[in-house]
Amino acid sequence: MKLKKNIATSESGFVFNPSSGDSFSLNTIGAEILLQMKESKSSEEIKKDILNRYDVDKSLLEKDWDDFMSQLRDNNLLEF
Amino acid sequence: MSKLKYEGPVIKKMNAGLMNKFGTRTEYQPVKHIEGVAVKDMIAKYGSPLFVLSERQMRNNYQAALRAFKTRYPKVQFAWSYKTHYNNAVCNVYHQEGSWAEVVSGFEYHKALKNGVPGNKIIFNGPDKSIDELNEAIKNDSLIHIDHFDELYALIELSDNLSKKPRVAIRVNMDTGIYPMWDRFGFNYENGTAWNAITKIVASGKLNLVGLHCHIGTYMLAPWAYAIAASKLCDLAWHSKNQLNNPIQYLDLGGGFPSANTLKGAYLPGSDTVPHIEEFAEAISSTIISYGFKPDELPLLILESGRALIDDAGYLLGSVLANKRLSDGRRATIMDFGVNILFTSFWYDHKISPAQDFTHHSEDQVLYGPLCMNIDVVRESVNLPVLNKGDQVVVHKVGAYNMTQWMQFIAMRPNVIMIDMKGENHVIRQKETLQYMEMLEETPQHLKDFKL
Ligand SMILES: Cc1ncc(COP(=O)(O)O)c(C=O)c1O
Repeated sequence: MKLKKNIATSESGFVFNPSSGDSFSLNTIGAEILLQMKESKSSEEIKKDILNRYDVDKSLLEKDWDDFMSQLRDNNLLEF
Repeated sequence: MSKLKYEGPVIKKMNAGLMNKFGTRTEYQPVKHIEGVAVKDMIAKYGSPLFVLSERQMRNNYQAALRAFKTRYPKVQFAWSYKTHYNNAVCNVYHQEGSWAEVVSGFEYHKALKNGVPGNKIIFNGPDKSIDELNEAIKNDSLIHIDHFDELYALIELSDNLSKKPRVAIRVNMDTGIYPMWDRFGFNYENGTAWNAITKIVASGKLNLVGLHCHIGTYMLAPWAYAIAASKLCDLAWHSKNQLNNPIQYLDLGGGFPSANTLKGAYLPGSDTVPHIEEFAEAISSTIISYGFKPDELPLLILESGRALIDDAGYLLGSVLANKRLSDGRRATIMDFGVNILFTSFWYDHKISPAQDFTHHSEDQVLYGPLCMNIDVVRESVNLPVLNKGDQVVVHKVGAYNMTQWMQFIAMRPNVIMIDMKGENHVIRQKETLQYMEMLEETPQHLKDFKL
């Protein structure tokens, strides 16, 4: 799961895709995930970090993760 | 170190400048308390889903409606529409406030009697009254509102040997400029059938025609339609007095005043578009007062308002069962309540509030009920914060018709509680049990067992 290279992200949760002109807003967790993806961290690393810091169990996070990734893909933000 | 509150990750495309079809985002306030009682605590104690009624709001609504009419017209009487909500505790709130009872079946009639409403303060409406029920209503001196000629002739026959004449009214249907016109109940004004019925009753000498009734529709948004209805009833009353020498004691304008719910497909929320009850009171009162009756001959004005007096006193608390994505990418949230207990979601886009804190991120989503049935949709499209499994919500303005029209289909009906004036909770209808559901079932001996 890799973010497209030219995608601009900000810590406040603003995302801009220069090739399509689309912009997006993210909630806090969404923004954290995107920033870490931009740092090329692996999915496992990112999920572990969230599990450590947030009050969430693994199965819910897994489910939300898959859902979020499919939204990123639908919005043409992923590499493949 | 305690962990941060979790919320699933969300991404949302920004459409600068485009007005979205969900309009203003007023649904974005968490509602954690009802009348000062925590939603969380109520669900913990009584389960989810759970209907909650506010006694205070019911009384406030009643008193405001009564004031709206009493400050404009000298003789006003409300009659509680049982079909709108016939839980005994609810009916008795309105009876304590001074309401008579308005019923449309033998079942409702007996409920009102059992609640202690004197027979002569029960209005018996509707097309279905059996001969036994008519006899009982006659004996109790109830106000029988005649729906059709078959009933009229039956009543004349029943009254043959009575010393005291039954008190009756006719239901009148009419064109008030509102579409669709409800012409299936009662006798039509424009084509002369209503006048025909009046003359037949008076000519029979067997019945005492004391009132005229209409109920022009429900969730009516046009106060002027009531002015037209009132003037047509006045016209009939005027002629009954002057041509038949039969003065009419009361005009019953029925119910139909709207609550502030939003009708499906409406662009603006009901709270912005629904006229205030004062406007209906003004339209009706001023029409009757200026019609020309002598002050001491002004008829009593009866109102059978249901929805407007109770809708916003009822809440449905529920919980999220699951989330999923539909094939087109839309988010779907599955709630633990559906159209089985929230029948009014067929008519209304009910306002739904999360019952806990959330961030400002939201998503357009469809809210499904728990039934394994395709039409179980609570909201086809609503913009709400992302809700996780177990999160709780409050559905607003569900007090009218839901707890009478609910279906026992697939699931059983939940607890109903009332929060009293002091903030105390009372269960006013227990949740159903398997034993209760099967109480009326009988299994023939040869079907009692089987081997698989
Ligand atoms: C005869 C009659 N009266 C009163 C009512 C109460 O109507 P509402 O709840 O719209 O005020 C109804 C409801 O349909 C009715 O049929």
